[in-house]
Amino acid sequence: MRYSLRETFNRARSLFRSEQLDHDVNEEMASHLEMAIEENLRLGMSAEEARRQALIRFGGVQQAIEQHRESRTLPWVDVLRQDLRFTCRMLRRDSAFTIVAVLILALGIGANIAVFSVVNTILLRPLPFRDPQQLVRIVEKDPKAGESSKTYTADATQDFQQQNHSFQSVSGYFAFSPPDNFKLIGNGQPIPATGLLVAEGFFQTLGVEPSLGRLFRSEEFVQHAPPVALLSYPFWKRRLSGDRSIVGKAINFNNTSVLVIGVLPDTFDFGSVFSPGAKVDLFVPYIMDDFREDGNDLALVGRLKPGVTLAQAQSEADQLLPQLYFEHKHPEYGKGYTGQLTALKEYVSGKLRRSLIVLWCAVGLILLIVCVNLSNLLLARAAARSKEFAMRKALGAGRSRLVRQLLTESLVLAAVGGVLGLGLAYVLLSYLAHQGSVALPLLAMVRVDTTVLEWTLLIAIGAAILFGAAPGLRMSAGNLQDVLKDSGHGVSEGRKHDRMRSSLVITEIALACVLLVGAGLLLRSFLRVLDIDLGFEASHAAAISVDYDDGGNAAKRAAIWQEVTHRSLMIPGVESAGISDNLPMSRNRSWGIAAKGEQKRDALDYVPVFVYIVSPGYLKAMGMRLMEGRDISWDDVSNNRAVVILNETVARKLWPRQDPIGRTAVAGGTDAEVIGVIADVRESGAEDNAGAQMYLPATKQFGPEGSYLVVRSKLPPGSLATSVMRTLREINPGQPATEFKPIQALVDHATSPRRFFVLLVGSFACLGLLLASLGIYGVISYSVTRQTQEIAIRMALGATQWWVQFDVVWKTLRLALIGIAVGIIASLVLARLIASLLFQTAPTDPLTFAGMVALLGMVALLAGYLPARRASKIHPMVALRTN
Amino acid sequence: MGESKLDLLQGTLDVMVLQTLEVLGPLHGYGVARRIEQVSGNQVLLNQGTIYASLVRLQQRGWISAKWGTSDHNRKAKFYSITKIGQKQLAKDTAYWQRLAGVMGRVLAMHSGGGER
Repeated sequence: MRYSLRETFNRARSLFRSEQLDHDVNEEMASHLEMAIEENLRLGMSAEEARRQALIRFGGVQQAIEQHRESRTLPWVDVLRQDLRFTCRMLRRDSAFTIVAVLILALGIGANIAVFSVVNTILLRPLPFRDPQQLVRIVEKDPKAGESSKTYTADATQDFQQQNHSFQSVSGYFAFSPPDNFKLIGNGQPIPATGLLVAEGFFQTLGVEPSLGRLFRSEEFVQHAPPVALLSYPFWKRRLSGDRSIVGKAINFNNTSVLVIGVLPDTFDFGSVFSPGAKVDLFVPYIMDDFREDGNDLALVGRLKPGVTLAQAQSEADQLLPQLYFEHKHPEYGKGYTGQLTALKEYVSGKLRRSLIVLWCAVGLILLIVCVNLSNLLLARAAARSKEFAMRKALGAGRSRLVRQLLTESLVLAAVGGVLGLGLAYVLLSYLAHQGSVALPLLAMVRVDTTVLEWTLLIAIGAAILFGAAPGLRMSAGNLQDVLKDSGHGVSEGRKHDRMRSSLVITEIALACVLLVGAGLLLRSFLRVLDIDLGFEASHAAAISVDYDDGGNAAKRAAIWQEVTHRSLMIPGVESAGISDNLPMSRNRSWGIAAKGEQKRDALDYVPVFVYIVSPGYLKAMGMRLMEGRDISWDDVSNNRAVVILNETVARKLWPRQDPIGRTAVAGGTDAEVIGVIADVRESGAEDNAGAQMYLPATKQFGPEGSYLVVRSKLPPGSLATSVMRTLREINPGQPATEFKPIQALVDHATSPRRFFVLLVGSFACLGLLLASLGIYGVISYSVTRQTQEIAIRMALGATQWWVQFDVVWKTLRLALIGIAVGIIASLVLARLIASLLFQTAPTDPLTFAGMVALLGMVALLAGYLPARRASKIHPMVALRTN
Repeated sequence: MGESKLDLLQGTLDVMVLQTLEVLGPLHGYGVARRIEQVSGNQVLLNQGTIYASLVRLQQRGWISAKWGTSDHNRKAKFYSITKIGQKQLAKDTAYWQRLAGVMGRVLAMHSGGGER
C-alpha cells in the first residue's frame, strides 16, 4: 500500500509515540464503553445487561486496539523491530560471543576508518584551495642540490610571469626562511615566530581569502614600503588571543613596527601543503628588488588558465625557461633554466601514493581476516543453534525469514562494531593530526568527515554481508534431517561443517602470512635506514636557534658567535659547542664550487654544493668526522682567513685521487683554501645520497640565514635547556624563548614517514596475527569440545596423553602449514608490488620470510597447544559419565 | 474474505465517518458510531471498536483533527472534526460513490433479455 507523504510521516512519527497513543486510545475506548452503558441504562436495562450489550456492540477490545495500531504505523518497521528485539535477546544471552565479535569488528573497522581518513586526506580529497586542479608546482627538472636547485631567481621569476601564456598567475614563496626567524616583542619575554616571505599574488594564485582584513597590495611589494604582515589563524588565536581589532594595528616584530593587515583562514595551513611538519606564523611580502642578486630562492606555484592542459603549459615552459637569464644585472652568469610542471596535488602527495595504497591494502586484509574470523565464530554458533533453526523451520518459518534473521544479527554486530570502531578511529586520528613530528603532508587536516562516515557505513554493511553470508546460507539451506542427525550429542561434528571451518582458518592464516611478510620487509628496510651512517652523531646533542643583531657586519657577527660558543662551553656538562646557519636534514641551500684554475666563466662548470656557515667547534659538537686536515679555528676567523672544509664527495669530485688539503677552491664566488675534509653527512634525508657539502667560517660576507647553537653533552637536553637559555639571555636580553631541540629530533623527523608506515603496517600485522591465532584456537578448541567423548573412548582404550596431545597439535599444524604455504606464494607475488618502498632489502628477503613464517608457525602451535593440553586432561570416566 | 473486499469496506467506513462529521460537526467516537448505526437503520454490521482504526487513519491523512473535551454528560472524550482537506476529500468520495451507486444500480437492474426496463 502506498501512503501519501503526510501519512508516511505521521505513521513514522507514531512509532515513537506508541505508548502515548496506546494510552489515548485506551482512555477513549473506556469512555466509549461508559457512554454506551449509560445509554443502555437509560433505555431501562439492568446494570449487568447494559454492560454486556455495550461490550457486544463494541466488539473485541483487544482486536480494536490491534487494528488501531496497525492503521497508525508502518508495518515493515514493526517486523524489523521484532527481528531486532529477537537479535538483541540472542546476543545478550550469548554475551561472551557478542563481546568478542564486537571487539574484533571494532578493531578491524576502526583501523579501516583511520587509514581511510588518512588516504582520503592525503590522496583523495582535493587540496583546500579554489579550483585546486589548476594549481601547478614548477621546479627544475633534475634538482641536484636540494632547495637551491628547485627554486628560481627573482629576475627569472619575473620574466616567466611576463612571458608565459599558459598561466593566469605565477607566484611563489621564499624557500629559505629559517624557523623562528621573527620575534614578537610585547610585554615580557619575546616570543619566537616563523615568518615566510611570499611573492606578490601568492594567496590570489592559491585562491585563499583572508578571514579578517585583506591580502597584500602591489604597493607593499616595493622597496622601503612600510612593513605589513598577514597572520596565520593559529598564531592569531594563540598569541594574540583571537583579538579581532588587531587588524589595522601595528605590532612589534624584531623591534620593527609591522602593520597587521589581515588574518588568514583556519583552513589554510601552509606547512601541511608545502613543507610537512613546519608551521608558519606570519606572512610578509617578498620584495623582488631586495633579492635580485641573491640567486635562486623562490619556490614557484602557478595557476593554469582555464582550458590549458598541463602538457601545453609544459611545452611552453620547455621553450621559455631555457631562454631566461639568472640575473639581468649579470648576463655573464648565463641563462638556461628547466622546469618540471607538476600538478600541486601530485607534487604534494604523489610520492606517498604507493605507501598509502599499501597501507590501505594492509588494512583491507585486516578487515578480511576479521570477516573470516567472525564467519568462523558464527559457524561455531550456528552449529550450536542448528536445532533452534531446524525447529523454527519445522514450525513453518520460510527460508528468507531465517536468512533475514541471521543477516539482522550480522548487521547488528557490524553496526555496534562500526560505532565502536568509529570511536577508536576518532581517538587515533585526533592523536595523528597533532603529530607535528610526522613529516607527512596534510596530516594535520585529517579528520572524520562525511566521506569517512559513508565509508564506515559501506564497510560495516559490506563486512556484515561478507561474514554473515556463509553461516546464513549454510544454516538456512541445511537439510532438516541432516541437522537433526548431525547434532546428536557426543558425536563428532559433521565432516562438511568441519571442512568449511578449516578452510576459513587456512584463509585466515594465509592472509596473516601476507601481512606479516609485508610488515617484516618494511620493518627490515626501516632498520636498515636507522643503521645508515649519517655522518654525524645525533645522540647527546641538541640545538637552539640563537638571536642576535650584527647589523649586517661580518666581523661583529663573528665576535658574537665567539662569545656565544665560549660562554656555552663554560656551562657545566657541555663537552663541545658550535654554531651553524643550517643543520643537516632541515633546511639547505646550495652554491657552486670549483677547483681554482679549472673553472671557466660559465656557471654550469661549478659543482652545486650545500653550504654551511659554521663556527669553530661546530663539527665536533655535531659529531662529524674530520677525515683529513683540521677544523676552522678562531684564529682563522679573527685573521679573516678564507678557508673551507669540504666533504669527501666534493673533494673527490674536484681533485680525484689527489690530496685536497692546501689547494684553493672557488667557493661561492671567492677563493678559499681547503683546510679539512669531513666524512659525508646525509643532507636531505637518511635515504638520499649525501651530496656535495662545504663549510665556511662566519666571516664569509655572504650572510648566514639564521644560526643554531649546537651543544654536545651527556646531560639530557631537558636539564640543560635552562642554563643554555640563561647564558643566551645574558649575552642578548632579546633572545626569544626558542626551543632547545635534540638533534635526534631532526633525524626522527626525516625518517618519520617511514616510521609512520612501519608502525601502522606492523601493528596491523600484529592484529592479523592475533586474529589468526584466535581463529585457530577457536576452531581447534571447538573441535576438542565436540570430540570430548571420542577422545575419552580412545583414552579408555589405551591412547596415551601424549598421543592425544600430538593428535590435536598435528591437526593444528596441518592447517597452519597449508595456510603458510598459500601465504608464502601470495607474499612472493605481492612483495614485488612494494619493492619500491623497500630500502636495501630484496622483496624476497629470505631472512624476513623465514622469520615471519617461524613466528606465524609458533603462534599457530601455541594456539593449538592450549586446547591440546585440555584434550589430554580429559578424564575418560568423567567424560563418559557426564553424557 | 479477500483483501479487495476489506479495502472497499474500509473505504466505505471512512466515507461514512467523514460525512457524519461534516454534517454533525465535532463528535466523539461513540457519537460517530451510534450515528452511523442510527442512520443506516442498524443495517450496517459494525463492531463499534473498528471505528477507532478508521478515526486514527483519517487523522493521519490530515482529513480530520482531534481534541480532548467534555461530553454532554460531563465525560472526558476525544472530539473529532473534519478539516478543509477532509471536506475536499469527502466531496471527491461522495461523487465517486454516487457514480458507483448509479452504475451498480443500472447494472443490477438489467433484464435477462439484455435491454433496460
